[in-house]
Amino acid sequence: MTDVAGTPILEAPVAEGSKDQTMVLNMGPQHPSTHGVLRLVLEIDGEIVNRLYPEIGYLHTGIEKTCEAKFYQQVVPLTDRIDYLSPMHNNLCYCLAVEKLLELPIPDKAQWIRVLLSELTRLNSHLVWLGTHAMDIGALTVFLYTFREREDILRIFEHVSGQRMMTSYFRIGGLAMEPPIDFFDRVKAFIKTFPEKIDEYSNLLTGNPIFVNRLQNVGHLSAEDAIALGVTGPPLRASGVDFDLRRDMPYSSYEKFQFDVPVSNRCDVWGRYQVRLEEMRQSVRIINQALAGMPEGPVKADAPKIVLPDREKMKTQMESLIHHFKIVTEGFAVPAGEVYQGIESSRGQMGYYIVSDGTAKPYRVHMRNPSFASLQALETMCQGRMLADVVAVIGSIDVVLGEIDR
Amino acid sequence: MSETLPDKESVLREMANHPAVSAIAAWNAEALTDARWDRNELTLTIAREEIVAAARTVQQAGYNFLEDVTAVDWFPAIPRFQISYHIVSHSHKERIRLRVLVDEASPSLETITNVWPSANYYEREVFDLFGVRFDGHPNMRRIMMPEDWSGHPLRKDYPVEGYR
Repeated sequence: MTDVAGTPILEAPVAEGSKDQTMVLNMGPQHPSTHGVLRLVLEIDGEIVNRLYPEIGYLHTGIEKTCEAKFYQQVVPLTDRIDYLSPMHNNLCYCLAVEKLLELPIPDKAQWIRVLLSELTRLNSHLVWLGTHAMDIGALTVFLYTFREREDILRIFEHVSGQRMMTSYFRIGGLAMEPPIDFFDRVKAFIKTFPEKIDEYSNLLTGNPIFVNRLQNVGHLSAEDAIALGVTGPPLRASGVDFDLRRDMPYSSYEKFQFDVPVSNRCDVWGRYQVRLEEMRQSVRIINQALAGMPEGPVKADAPKIVLPDREKMKTQMESLIHHFKIVTEGFAVPAGEVYQGIESSRGQMGYYIVSDGTAKPYRVHMRNPSFASLQALETMCQGRMLADVVAVIGSIDVVLGEIDR
Repeated sequence: MSETLPDKESVLREMANHPAVSAIAAWNAEALTDARWDRNELTLTIAREEIVAAARTVQQAGYNFLEDVTAVDWFPAIPRFQISYHIVSHSHKERIRLRVLVDEASPSLETITNVWPSANYYEREVFDLFGVRFDGHPNMRRIMMPEDWSGHPLRKDYPVEGYR
């Protein structure tokens, strides 16, 4: 089989003798289990997958090129669009990277609210993963339940930022604004009832023989393979590698929080399911700590030439008006240099590599997104397994195609 | 990259006990053309021919996880392209950056897919968007753009909008 340019897509496919029994099957780019526009070219022998080749690049929005033409602060809303299930993680990673370039200290309260919101985002993203993963396997009820809880989180996001999905609430130098007065009460109310909801999902799935048989011993990925293939996040920890950036290379005051990093030695889809479920419980723990110990103070850094002034100040003080005008029309210059900031997003290690040449626009912005790397491991996980297992494995790496796009 | 930054010799002297610096210095100090310590990040510039050996060296020094490979186009500077490798160590709990400069006349260097198979997609992405070839790569084809696309979109002389 060849592509447009005549280059063979799948070479040296099968063992001798079985060659005439194989067929090439295209799965996606609109198959419901591929969660977006992922196309898989599968070579199957009966129902057994011999080879698998992910074909990506259907989106291509040119996001990195666009970033190079914007001011630093104008890139924040673009980062929302990369991973539509965890916009806050992208905001956070980008802002942290620029703040590192500027060497700008951020007030404690802003950092804690960032942690709180990133953990809510993790819950939001894991809820979609759990619902759709269960639906891929054939369990529809959980999907309806998880989206019920996700709605609560989206309402909190809307309350704090004005947007349900594309929040853009984090800014270079802190947050866009002070959260509304009853924000913490709303989070408290949600987080109080949420742990029993996790138990509810677990009760529906963990003891379900169909779900267990479809997940256990499927999609094996050893620790060596996981590291070699660049897999991060829950799939890596489900292969027995105990590494989490929140604990091991802390950012945004994560070092002040107590939480466990769930690790499983099962190396299969079931392990990834268990790790993510436990991660949701740990997120609840972190949010509770953030609510209990929220520091007082401002949510914006004291840097008038970088952070937009409050609306009130702008109307009453000439200085603030000038700063506002300068930031909006000219942006702010960032000292030359290059930084890499990694964070633990819901899908794994996310990284922003920003090169500055000393002007108000980034010279180069590169995003390292976890799904892109995890996709490379798909063939290893699916080889020799049944076609139906591919569906379970895709769900287990929790792929978001917006992330894979460049 | 201002002149106030410490130069190669002082970085090597002050960070002699750093696992990556000591491993590279013990292996081949000549291949290390520059070293920088900026904003708590270590950048080691490696001669183009030596990148595979350098990658193996840091891998053995405990930097076990290749996080990312990407490029920067310094057009119209010479050499034009900079390839950045970001490598994390799970045991040392830190990150280093290897940097290789590639000129425009022969934009190619050796692949490190034999050291880390995960470099496969990253290098294809660099090839697709910058046009830097990786010799010995198992599948050096475009990954994002259509096969018949002309030009490499992330190069600085490629327009941001409009027709080419």
